[in-house]
Amino acid sequence: MRRLFFVLPIVVFLALLAAMFWGLNSERDPGALPSMLIGKQAPVFSLPDLYDQGLVDEGVLADGTPKLLSFFASWCIPCLAEHPVLKSLANDRGINIIGVAWKNKADDAKGWLEKHGNPYQLTLHDLPGRTGIDWGVYGIPETFLVDGKGKVIFRHAGPLTPQILSKKLMPLLEGLGL
Amino acid sequence: MINEIGHFALVLALGLAIAQSLFSLWGAAKRDLTLMTIGRRAAYLQFFALALSFAALTNAFLVSDFSLAVVAENSHSAKPLLFKFAGVWGNHEGSILLWVLILALFGAAVSWFGQGLPVTLQARVIGVQGLIGLGFLAFIVGTSDPFLRVFPAPLDGRDLNPLLQDIGLAIHPPMLYLGYVGFSVAFAFAIAALLEGQVDAAWGRWVRPWTLVAWIFLTGGISLGSWWAYYELGWGGWWFWDPVENVSFMPWLTGTALLHSAIVVEKREALRSWTILLAILTFSLSLIGTFIVRSGLLTSVHAFAVDPERGVFILGLLAIAIGGSLILYAWRAPDMKGGGIFAPVSREGALLLNNLLLATAMATVFLGTLYPLIIEAINGAKISIGPPFYSQTFVPLMVPLLVAMGIGPLLPWKRGDLVKLAGRLKLVALMTAFVMAIVLWKDAGQLWPVFGIGLAAWVISTALVDLAGRLGLPKASLAVAWKRAGGLPRAAYGMALAHIGLAVAVIGMVGSSFWTEEFIGLMKSGDSQDLAGYHFQLEKMEAAEGPNYQARRAIVSVQDSGGNKYTMEPEQRFYPVRKQTTTEAAIRTTLWGDVYVTLGEVQKDGVVLRLAFRSMIPWLWFGALLLVLGGLLSLSDRRLRVAAPSKVSEA
Repeated sequence: MRRLFFVLPIVVFLALLAAMFWGLNSERDPGALPSMLIGKQAPVFSLPDLYDQGLVDEGVLADGTPKLLSFFASWCIPCLAEHPVLKSLANDRGINIIGVAWKNKADDAKGWLEKHGNPYQLTLHDLPGRTGIDWGVYGIPETFLVDGKGKVIFRHAGPLTPQILSKKLMPLLEGLGL
Repeated sequence: MINEIGHFALVLALGLAIAQSLFSLWGAAKRDLTLMTIGRRAAYLQFFALALSFAALTNAFLVSDFSLAVVAENSHSAKPLLFKFAGVWGNHEGSILLWVLILALFGAAVSWFGQGLPVTLQARVIGVQGLIGLGFLAFIVGTSDPFLRVFPAPLDGRDLNPLLQDIGLAIHPPMLYLGYVGFSVAFAFAIAALLEGQVDAAWGRWVRPWTLVAWIFLTGGISLGSWWAYYELGWGGWWFWDPVENVSFMPWLTGTALLHSAIVVEKREALRSWTILLAILTFSLSLIGTFIVRSGLLTSVHAFAVDPERGVFILGLLAIAIGGSLILYAWRAPDMKGGGIFAPVSREGALLLNNLLLATAMATVFLGTLYPLIIEAINGAKISIGPPFYSQTFVPLMVPLLVAMGIGPLLPWKRGDLVKLAGRLKLVALMTAFVMAIVLWKDAGQLWPVFGIGLAAWVISTALVDLAGRLGLPKASLAVAWKRAGGLPRAAYGMALAHIGLAVAVIGMVGSSFWTEEFIGLMKSGDSQDLAGYHFQLEKMEAAEGPNYQARRAIVSVQDSGGNKYTMEPEQRFYPVRKQTTTEAAIRTTLWGDVYVTLGEVQKDGVVLRLAFRSMIPWLWFGALLLVLGGLLSLSDRRLRVAAPSKVSEA
């Protein structure tokens, strides 16, 4: 019984060691923040279409087809980096993507999409950035996956890389039958 | 050429570390004096080799040799000389080299100063130190070689992170490492004692000065880091419970406990296996600290660049060093005999309480720091633990600690007498009540600061009453007391000074938490603001040019309630190479607090100024200084300096 006390430190240390070893795996990003929206209905919004100024609300996310919602801006360099990934998703796999030009002047956003190609089925305009706040966007690019009923199932902050696409996003898309 | 010599010396040091551990441990096992002497010599040589290597790296930084990757990444030709020098350890490779250099310094110091120790004990200590050095040198040579070249060499470097270009941060890491690594000696003593199967009063006496040295440096290092955060980060806070701060604080807590429990071992041969465990834990926590800062395991503003390969390597070292020593502990420590028996109310009892409280405090900080990681490992949830956790768990533990800290020194060994104690506490209670009344009168309405400062007053007055008692006061005449004052061991003064220092720091903490007044707002030139009895006026903004930065400076004139006028000049510096901005707070220290002005964002119609009167803050730094001075005074005590008796056990 007395000896048990002397074994206790090593037991505690082994548990700690296991947690630390787990913590080092390269998949884990200690800076990552999960979204509060996962598993919830998408927040209410009403945004003008970038091109025809017609107002669009959150109902567009609940039309039965799962969609990606992508916050971008022409001034955002990482957005350009993820742009080819979005284009291949839209063109090669036929995924519906809604773009949100965030804190971006309409002409700048249009010019940027013209120059680099437009992967968006629909492009909305969030000039004051309020909708971005409702979605918990803290830096762009950010991408959300919404199922056909308007429920948020995935959020990625930062540029979509081919790794994240193949490891995280594709399995989810396939799960939704896309 | 110099770089090649440095690199060669580094690899040589690795070989010497092998020799140091092998010959020392083997020699101790065989009781062979020749082998042990070789081990001791290897410890000296390892230190010289590492000193040479470090000098070569320093040279590369000073002459801006950008053909070395680490220099190109972390230095710049326009950087001031002091920061070129400090840049040597302002990066992962250089700092870990400094880490082993200090380790080798302690190894050589044990070889040099430890000649009075029993030879086998000394050899085992040196051998264990060699093993630690071996692990970290393999780490450097394998994954963090500071002498790695880049080709072609860039024309200029990427500069040192401007936040680190600061005098406080230039000396903070070496101090901290001297503390962290210093505990390796206590650790090695503990392992050696486990190997020898013997812990006695002499062991307690030998391990204390080494622990004290490490503790002094760690105290200094933590205080410097805190001071740096206070004036450089510009938020005015001095402690954020950030993981990197916490990992330096944990070994301090156990190290402080160790310092006290070693006294019990020395005087009464009690608490032996506990003291051994503390020595192991303290250095283990230092290692874990080194690991967490470098692995990117937890998010922190201070952490070095993340590199998983390095993380796995250090984790392996941790597993061997800590796991090995704890297994040895589980195996050998139960056979240690219990020591002297003591009553709960006694000096030993108070020291034991101190140890329990400090260990619990460490456990709360440990839990707060690593709980998010553990939770994430179990169910993937991300949580963060901030100051509210610590103010509800850690702070309440400090209350009984401070109470016990006052009483402890007044109690005799073995068995204390409560009635006698109460008699001695009368004066203390009076002084404490007096201080509390003053605080209550000055600051009507808040009870917490009255209580906090009352605790500090309690500690200070008990320390003074204790000193007076040792001098024979009030019975003896002043002349007799004066005579006795010279005869009192320095350790007695050191203890009193350190306890008073902590209390003074507590006053600073309490005061700054409760009485700080702050204003943040947009101001135009000519605007003025009154705060805490000071009148601030923004005179103008101006531009300034530094050696490797451009600055915007606000000229703020301040008038205090006494009518004295002076100007304060907070700056914002922009470092073009790193495209980073730092804030330089303007601080004017007074007895009762700091006037603190920082410059925020510059907007179209003015600048954001942050004006504050940070109450009692200077007391915090002064208290930390007293802690260090108290430690130094104790260290200079004859009893610790003369490495004690026992050439006897050599036979």
